[in-house]
Amino acid sequence: MGRSVRKGPFVHESLMSKVDAMNGRNEKKVMKTWSRASTILPDFVGHTFAVHNGNKFIPVYVTENMVGHKLGEFSPTRLFRGHTGNKATDKKAAGVPAKGGK
Amino acid sequence: MARIAGVDLPRDKKLEIGLTYIFGIGRKTAQSILESTGVSPAQRVRDLSDADTNKLRQAIERDLKVEGALRTEVAMNIKRLMDIGSYRGTRHRRGLPVRGQRTHTNARTKKGPRRAIAGKKKVTK
Repeated sequence: MGRSVRKGPFVHESLMSKVDAMNGRNEKKVMKTWSRASTILPDFVGHTFAVHNGNKFIPVYVTENMVGHKLGEFSPTRLFRGHTGNKATDKKAAGVPAKGGK
Repeated sequence: MARIAGVDLPRDKKLEIGLTYIFGIGRKTAQSILESTGVSPAQRVRDLSDADTNKLRQAIERDLKVEGALRTEVAMNIKRLMDIGSYRGTRHRRGLPVRGQRTHTNARTKKGPRRAIAGKKKVTK
């Protein structure tokens, strides 16, 4: 079930204030964040977030299409290297986490 | 005979069911179309008059997205998920379930028939 419209989209307060400050100064810097549950607002477009995936920060460049999704959706938490003896998937899986921030 | 939105409706079914053969129209939508156009839902498709056929055709064209247009929309939505690199997009790309279902067992609808795993020992009794 979706979130109540009355409450509006959830964005972590500290993250929101950081983005507001940056938009005010017309500045674009990578923001580290652990707040994977924050919704991407139209204000975020063009910024890059370093979203924690439990291990490290994955850079996520926000485009217009991503509005309405959560930051965590672009920072995969699982690394699948393929099954043993499966050469084809070994290569493919290794490439996936690298372009996770695309 | 009754051709609506590029689909031939089955002649022997009742209208309410016959309409559901169009992609994008289910039971509820079929009922609401019939109600709004005032066509009797109980009659068979073969008994449908030309005037009524036209009425249905117009109502569907005006209010609904069906068949090709709807399929394109769905495909575009999935493509968007893949292009922005979201988790749901990668699940689509790999042909795995998208909504958090387990894949340890089951998920055969999405994964397709079982494939033999190389080098796995068969359990023999």
